Amino acid sequence: MNDILMARVLFGTTMGFHVIFATLGVGIPLMILAAELFFHKTKDQEYQIMAKRWTKAFAVLLGVGIPSGTIAGVQLSLLWPGFMEVVGKVIALPFQIEIFAFFLESLFMSIYVYAADRLSPFMRIVSLSLVAVGAAASAILITNVHAFEGTPAGFRMESGKVVDVDPWAAFFNPGFLVTAEHVVYSAFMTGAFVIASVSAVKLLKKKLTGQEQSLHRKALALSLVIGGIFSIMTAFNGHTSAQELHKYQPEKLAAAEGLFKTQPNAPLTIGGYTDPVSQTVKYGIEIPGLLSFLAANRFDEVVTGLNDFPKNEWPPLFIHTLFNSMVGIGILLIVLSLIGFIWNFVTRKRSFPRWLLWMFVASGPLSLLSIEFGWIFSCTGRQPWVIYRVMTTAESATKTGNIGMLFVLFAGAYLFLAIVTVLVLRYYFKRHPLHLEYGPDTIDLS
Amino acid sequence: MSDTIIAISMIWMFVFVYSIAGSIDFGAGYWSMKYIKHKRSKATNIANRYLSPSWEITNVFIVMVVVGLFNFFPGATYTLGTVLLLPASLILLLITIRSAFLVFSHSAAKYKNTLIMVSGISGLLVPALLILVLPITHGNFIEIVDGVERLKFARLLVSWSAYAFIAFAVSSTLFLSSLLLADYSHVSGQPEAYKIYRRDAVIGGPLNLLFAFLLILAIYREAGWLYTNIIKNWGWLLLSVLFFLVGYSALFWKSANKDLSIDGRPRFAVIGIVIQYLFASAAYGKAHLPYIVYPFVTIESGFTHPDTFRALFWSYMVSFAVLVPGFVYFWRIFMKDTRYLKQMGGGD
Ligand code: HDD
Ligand code: HEM
Ligand code: HEM
Repeated sequence: MNDILMARVLFGTTMGFHVIFATLGVGIPLMILAAELFFHKTKDQEYQIMAKRWTKAFAVLLGVGIPSGTIAGVQLSLLWPGFMEVVGKVIALPFQIEIFAFFLESLFMSIYVYAADRLSPFMRIVSLSLVAVGAAASAILITNVHAFEGTPAGFRMESGKVVDVDPWAAFFNPGFLVTAEHVVYSAFMTGAFVIASVSAVKLLKKKLTGQEQSLHRKALALSLVIGGIFSIMTAFNGHTSAQELHKYQPEKLAAAEGLFKTQPNAPLTIGGYTDPVSQTVKYGIEIPGLLSFLAANRFDEVVTGLNDFPKNEWPPLFIHTLFNSMVGIGILLIVLSLIGFIWNFVTRKRSFPRWLLWMFVASGPLSLLSIEFGWIFSCTGRQPWVIYRVMTTAESATKTGNIGMLFVLFAGAYLFLAIVTVLVLRYYFKRHPLHLEYGPDTIDLS
Repeated sequence: MSDTIIAISMIWMFVFVYSIAGSIDFGAGYWSMKYIKHKRSKATNIANRYLSPSWEITNVFIVMVVVGLFNFFPGATYTLGTVLLLPASLILLLITIRSAFLVFSHSAAKYKNTLIMVSGISGLLVPALLILVLPITHGNFIEIVDGVERLKFARLLVSWSAYAFIAFAVSSTLFLSSLLLADYSHVSGQPEAYKIYRRDAVIGGPLNLLFAFLLILAIYREAGWLYTNIIKNWGWLLLSVLFFLVGYSALFWKSANKDLSIDGRPRFAVIGIVIQYLFASAAYGKAHLPYIVYPFVTIESGFTHPDTFRALFWSYMVSFAVLVPGFVYFWRIFMKDTRYLKQMGGGD
């Protein structure tokens, strides 16, 4: 393998690892905040217990999210120095402001975790809100750089030199707002569904005390409501994202849908795999006209196909599958929350049947998968560019060798951390079973 | 002042803050490992009390150094990214393992001792590796192969000057952290722990000064240009030594606290020693100019676009202003609130 490929594999692995913790780091604070707010509204102690236990899990995840994010940030300079040189000249602002989002999040996270018993209820909610704001802001700001890579603005390249820099124009690049919304909504829905998974697993246990039943049901209901709302918002906004691709990165949309020929009434193909030789999507289900409609809300819209682009600028064709999987999971999860809602509404029962609980168990892992698919789709679909039509990935890569060895070291560390994280979480919650949380031991917040 | 000087001064400040905060942070990890058997003195608990809420914030500072550097001096990214790939990756791995285990050790009591061990040992290795960035920027260990800069990492690791730097980093880490923990146990009213950390600081001070001189000797041997410049700033160095003497002697002043039968005014000692480092690193930083990496990158050649600089500068100012109340609140909750300081039950 050559060095550039190794660098891409290393960076992709780092991001793929970090994004799990980062996404949960954005999504779970929202859930904790919701539980705290419910507690103050209803004075139902169970919501406070949820907040406390989720915070504990969140602190452990943060212990991996922060260092892996630090790795991501430093590796960006180490592996893509050519790219970071442009970033430093043009789109430095989001990185810089992000530092302050990190400060905000870690200051108030420490305050919320280690000083919980000394804070007034009001300050607890303020601290938690600032944690949630800090986490969402850091996601939005890093997404800003990512959006800039797809829709660069605010500078020109003239014989290899950066000229005409306008840092704010770069910051408000055309892709920014839509992309940032998508990342935040999808993180909120993922945080909610991961908690839904955990509650569903608990509810599937055979011997449950009344307390356990009651708490996990409430947690499941809360997370299904929040997850449901944000999965709908994710889908609507994802639709807008696809329209942005139509406008700004047409070859990415063409590859995502396996469209070769430029045409009006372009069909949407679901499933199957893209075959460059026959220029079709094999074994896919074709819905005539739908792609044109999705791209611009009208059937006669002309959608550009891959054949209009030089072949060496085609994104890899497998992104069709990544895109399908992401959208498929998104729709499935909307349906799932609706079923949960209707079940509750129609039967008026507080409990779900086991088959439905099993589906809720799947929702968390599925949304995390969707996050991975979405990012790999988005980054890999931009290839061969690191900055769309301005700089190629190969140009920006480091020229130091030895990356293979580093890959082994980092991948080993990620694997190890993933295993230990799971062990520590299991150990903690085994040693602190739910029934110990009830009674006089809990923090008195009134 | 020119924009480049303002920018490099800001980077210098970030590095300075991180080197102090990081030393204390990593050192606290080491002490909490060392005194784990010393149950009665609560020395480990004191270290953990300090470490628990603060490591995340310290970690943001290292991100701030990296981000500040490539934002202000994107022209240095290529060279720095290339030559630092290997050492920086090792540092990252160690920081990752350490931070993760610090957090894990709060949740898994069974593994606490192993976990504290891991974080303690990596807490010493990280400063040792971090400081190697300095001799690398002095230029002697970089060669050009096929038009690309390369780090002669093996040569660096067998040079004695690398070890002078490492000795200085480790002794600084231990000295600064024992001082701060002495102060922290002093305000927490923990005489046993205070006694231990004060003793460590008393031993560490002179050793640290000795290694500082060794460091200057190493610079003299390896980087003549830098040595000449440093000596030009002899006034700063003199002030630095002066503040060392003041700060160190504060460990022997009469205690203000009648309840504690042990001497020393650790708060003054901390302040004195931090000022000592401020002067010393100012002398070093000034001497390093105009080079970022000698002789490949200067602050002029690496500088960002002027409009970007202006936008960055103002957003730094605004963000700092916004965050100050947060930092003050944090300080009051963890460094001053006696309810926190006195509750020494140990972690969860
Ligand atoms: C839970 C996760 C999740 C779910 C259910 C969806 N997405 Fe998504 N999507 C992401 C998580 C995500 C992401 C990981 O957050 C990405 C990667 C890069 C980005 O900006 O967001 C993304 C990117 C992304 C892009 C690429 C943007 C670009 O490359 O510039 C498009 C066009 C869509 N999404 C469209 C959709 C549609 C139409 C969905 C219908 C339901 C959908 N997404 C559901
Ligand atoms: C967080 C989730 C992310 C994941 C999982 C992810 C994944 C990947 C993958 C797999 C690659 C390799 C692409 C290939 O070789 O085909 C890549 C490349 C890259 N990504 Fe992302 N990425 C993420 C976010 C980001 C963000 C937010 C940025 C912007 C700061 C970014 C910037 C880059 C750069 C600079 C490259 C290297 C050049 C390239 O191969 O395109 N990535 N990423
Ligand atoms: C979807 C994409 C991403 C999301 C949602 C995200 C979010 C987060 C969150 C919530 C944290 C914890 C912050 C804290 O508590 O301090 C974090 C840490 C971090 N992330 Fe990411 N991140 C993403 C991608 C990236 C990328 C692409 C980079 C690098 C270019 C990056 C760099 C960092 C850094 C440097 C930290 C450590 C901050 C610290 O030390 O506190 N992140 N990220």
